[in-house]
Amino acid sequence: MPRLWRLEGTIDTDVLAPGYYMKSPLPELAKHCLEAVRSDFSHSVDQGDVILANANMGVGSSREQAAEVLKYLGIAAVIAPSFAGIFYRNAINLGLPVFTIDEALMDMPTLVDGAKVRFDFDTAELRILDDATSISLIPFPDFLKELILDGGLVPHLEKRFQTEGSSI
Amino acid sequence: MMTLAKKLLSAASGQPKLKAGDIIICDVDLAMIHDSGGPRRVKPILERLNRKVWDKNKIVVVTDHYVPAESDETRAIQALTKKWVKDQSIENFYDEQGICHVVLPERGHLTPGIFCVGGDSHSPTGGAFGAYMFGIGATEMAGVLATGSIWIQTPETILMSWENQLPEYVTAKDMMLAMCGKIGMGGGRYQAIQYAGETVRSLPMQERMTLSNMAAELGAQVGLIAPDETTIAYVEAAGGQVPKNWRDFQIETAEETSNIMYFDAANLSPQIAAPHSPANADDASEFRNIGFDVAYIGACTGAKYIDLVAAAEVLRGRHIADGITLKVAPASLRDQNRATDDGIMQVLQDAGAEFLSNSCGICAGYGEDRLGENQVCISSTARNFKGRMGAQTSAVYLASPYTVAASAVTGTLTDPRLLMGE
Repeated sequence: MPRLWRLEGTIDTDVLAPGYYMKSPLPELAKHCLEAVRSDFSHSVDQGDVILANANMGVGSSREQAAEVLKYLGIAAVIAPSFAGIFYRNAINLGLPVFTIDEALMDMPTLVDGAKVRFDFDTAELRILDDATSISLIPFPDFLKELILDGGLVPHLEKRFQTEGSSI
Repeated sequence: MMTLAKKLLSAASGQPKLKAGDIIICDVDLAMIHDSGGPRRVKPILERLNRKVWDKNKIVVVTDHYVPAESDETRAIQALTKKWVKDQSIENFYDEQGICHVVLPERGHLTPGIFCVGGDSHSPTGGAFGAYMFGIGATEMAGVLATGSIWIQTPETILMSWENQLPEYVTAKDMMLAMCGKIGMGGGRYQAIQYAGETVRSLPMQERMTLSNMAAELGAQVGLIAPDETTIAYVEAAGGQVPKNWRDFQIETAEETSNIMYFDAANLSPQIAAPHSPANADDASEFRNIGFDVAYIGACTGAKYIDLVAAAEVLRGRHIADGITLKVAPASLRDQNRATDDGIMQVLQDAGAEFLSNSCGICAGYGEDRLGENQVCISSTARNFKGRMGAQTSAVYLASPYTVAASAVTGTLTDPRLLMGE
C-alpha cells in the first residue's frame, strides 16, 4: 500500500542526489537518495509512494539526477508549497509529476508521515486512505500530462516524431 | 494592463490573457547555444530523435567556454562544434568572438518583444533588451532545437524599483550586489524580476545588461527591463530589426504588480560580496586590510567595453601594487578593438595588466589561468561560489570594475572613492 513520505526541513539537490555518488549509475545513486535526512527512505520506498516536502523543494544545482532518482524509485508525485525553478522544469521534463499545494493545507492533521495514500495523476487528487479524506491539487494541462506519461521530454518527442513520420 | 513578462509571454504563446501559474507553450524566436553545453550535448539527443534543427536562422552558436582550446579534449570539442554548425547549415556562428551574452546583442540578435532561450544560466542578460530570455539545460535545448517551442509557467513579477541617480564610482554591479545582499540568491523564486525606475532608465545598455545577467544570482527566471529610446538606439546601431510595435512592451509598472521593492541609488556605496556567495554583499568600506593575489576584470558581466573604461579611469597614470597580478579578459573582440582604438587597452597595459582571451576564462573555472590553491581574488564577475574559479581552497570577492581596479592599485580591498578622492 503506497504511503506518504513527509520530509522535514529544506530538501536540496545534494540531499536528493549526493555529490559523492553523482559519478555512479542511477541504481547506485538511488541507494543514497535522501540518506542524509531519512536513512530509511531508499530501502523502504515503494512504487506509488508520494513525497510531501516543504517550500523551495529541490533547491540547489541544475543536476537532472535529483528528479530522475525519485522517478526511478517509483515516486508517484512530489507535492510541496513551492519548488526551485530548475528542479520543477527538470522533474516534468524527466517524467516526474510535481504539484504545488496551498501552504495552509500543510497543517492538515491527516497529512502525516507514513499515512496510507493513493495518488490519481489524471485528476491530481491525493486520497488519504486512513480517514477517507482527499486533497485536490491542480492537474497539468493535457499536453504536459502526455509528456509526463510518456516518460519525459525526449521519449515524448520520440513518440511524436514517429507518429508524424508514419502519417506522412 | 499586463506586466511586461505577461505581455511578452502572451505574444510568444498567442494567448491574450494569462495569469501567474498558467502553463503555456511558446514559440521560440531565438535559441543560443555555446561550445560547452551546446552541440556536444544536443547532438546525441537530436540523433536519437532523428531530427535536424527546426529553423537554422533562429539559432546562434558561440564558442566562448573552451577558448583558447588548450588540450586534445577541448580541441575535440571545438572541432565537433564547427562540424555540427556546418552540418546543420547554421550561419549565425561566432567563433572566438567573445562571450555569448555580449556577442548576441552586439551582433543585433536581440530586440524588444522576442522570446529566446539560451543554453547558459546567464541567459537572462537578454532581458535588458526587452526580450523574454532565460537559461535551459541541454535536454530541454535539444527539445527546442527539434520543435521550435517550449512550455513555460507564467511567472509573477517582482519589481525592483530604483530611484535617483547613482553617485560617482557606483555602478550597476553595485546595485546588483546590494540586491543580492537584500533578497538573497533564492529571493527571485524563479519568477520574473523587472528592474525599473529613474536609475535604471538612465543606465546605458551595457550597464543594464549587468542587472539582467545577474537575475540568475537572484534565482529569477528572467531579469527584464522595459525597452526605451536607449534600447532602440543600441539595437539599431547593432544592425538589429526593431519591431514597429516595440512601444507595446514599454511597460514598467502594471496595476497587478503586487511585489515591489524600493531602492535609493543616491545612498548606494560601492559594494563587495565576500566568499562564497554574491549574497554576502556589504559596503566596500567595511572590508579593511584584506589582501589578495589576483585582481580579475572579466566575464559577460564585468569586462564589457563600459567596464574596461571604468577600470581605465582608475588605472590611468597609476600602477598595480607589488605582489599582485591584474588579469583582464575583455568580454568580446569587438569591445576589445574599440577599447584599443580609444587607448583604453594601453592605459590598462601601462598599469601592469595582463590580457587574456575574449572568453569565459577564469570566471567559469576553465583554462590554465584558473585560481590555484589558497589564492584570493577580487573579481568583476558574477559568481563567487566555492571552487568556481579554480581550486576548492581559493576565495573570490566580487565587486565593480572601479573597485577591482582601485584594489589592484592599493593591494588591499578598497572603496574606489578613497583612491579617487571624493
